[in-house]
Amino acid sequence: MRAAVIVFPGSNCDRDIAVALERATGAPPAMVWHKDADLPTGLDFVAVPGGFSFGDYLRCGAIAARAPVMRAVADFARGGGHVLGVCNGFQILIEAGLLPGALMRNAGLSFVCRDARLKVETSASAFTAGYSPDEVVTIPVAHHDGNFFASADLVARLEDEDRIAFRYLDNPNGSAADIAGVLSENRRVLGMMPHPERAVDPVHGGTDGARLFAGLEAALGEEAGARAQA
Amino acid sequence: MAGAGNDRLKARVHVTLKPGVLDPQGEAVRHALAALGFEGVAGVRIGKVIEIDLAAGDHAAAEAEVARMCERLLANTVIEDYAVEIA
Repeated sequence: MRAAVIVFPGSNCDRDIAVALERATGAPPAMVWHKDADLPTGLDFVAVPGGFSFGDYLRCGAIAARAPVMRAVADFARGGGHVLGVCNGFQILIEAGLLPGALMRNAGLSFVCRDARLKVETSASAFTAGYSPDEVVTIPVAHHDGNFFASADLVARLEDEDRIAFRYLDNPNGSAADIAGVLSENRRVLGMMPHPERAVDPVHGGTDGARLFAGLEAALGEEAGARAQA
Repeated sequence: MAGAGNDRLKARVHVTLKPGVLDPQGEAVRHALAALGFEGVAGVRIGKVIEIDLAAGDHAAAEAEVARMCERLLANTVIEDYAVEIA
């Protein structure tokens, strides 16, 4: 799987996610600066990392979502590419219109930084194929604006379409229906507030996040292999 | 004639949360006001004001342009409403 990580001014999880991807794929991902209008060719996967892009000015993710590279990321997603947004990356994907809903200030108003227990709601995506449905995993959260807002209609739609990837067992931020991660309609874009790249090594305190990247490599490595054969 | 010979306008954009969207900051401020003894505060909503200096003289065109700015960037219309004043 050929991966890229987008880097904005204020991104601070770009190198962590690059390490997680390199461990899963055996090759370092391409690091793509936000001013680039094009992505490298032949990509299978793009990560939009966490951080405080553009200082979280205006709204979290709002400015980054309008950066030149995001047009290329949107085209990549529309063309069936896999895109993962973590934390600020999730906020950016929502602001870019690639995922539904909105992410608002945490209901308790405080920045929340701790391990979160998550229930895997579906394994029917390349991102969650490495987990069993209903499995409980521990992945840390660290955010101030992770309160997923969705109307009752949107929640019902996400449930009907099996697009809720992860739910919090102990909702840390007031998210509607305990939603921690959502998939796009084509199941190839995932946004999540918890940080899987911060749970890929025993010294992190857990390795549950590593399986997300390993599952991606297994699913997309196969796709890439099939393409190379064709 | 109003605006004649004037090629600068000021826009003031009010961005507010839509009704029904919980405003945790507003709620915190409401509780703080009650703690200070202000009675009868039934609700508080926090929004933002954005002031824009426009190098433009046409009032109607400026209003339409700022509305486009709101739709594309200044407001998240999933959760926010906006109102534009041109002066």
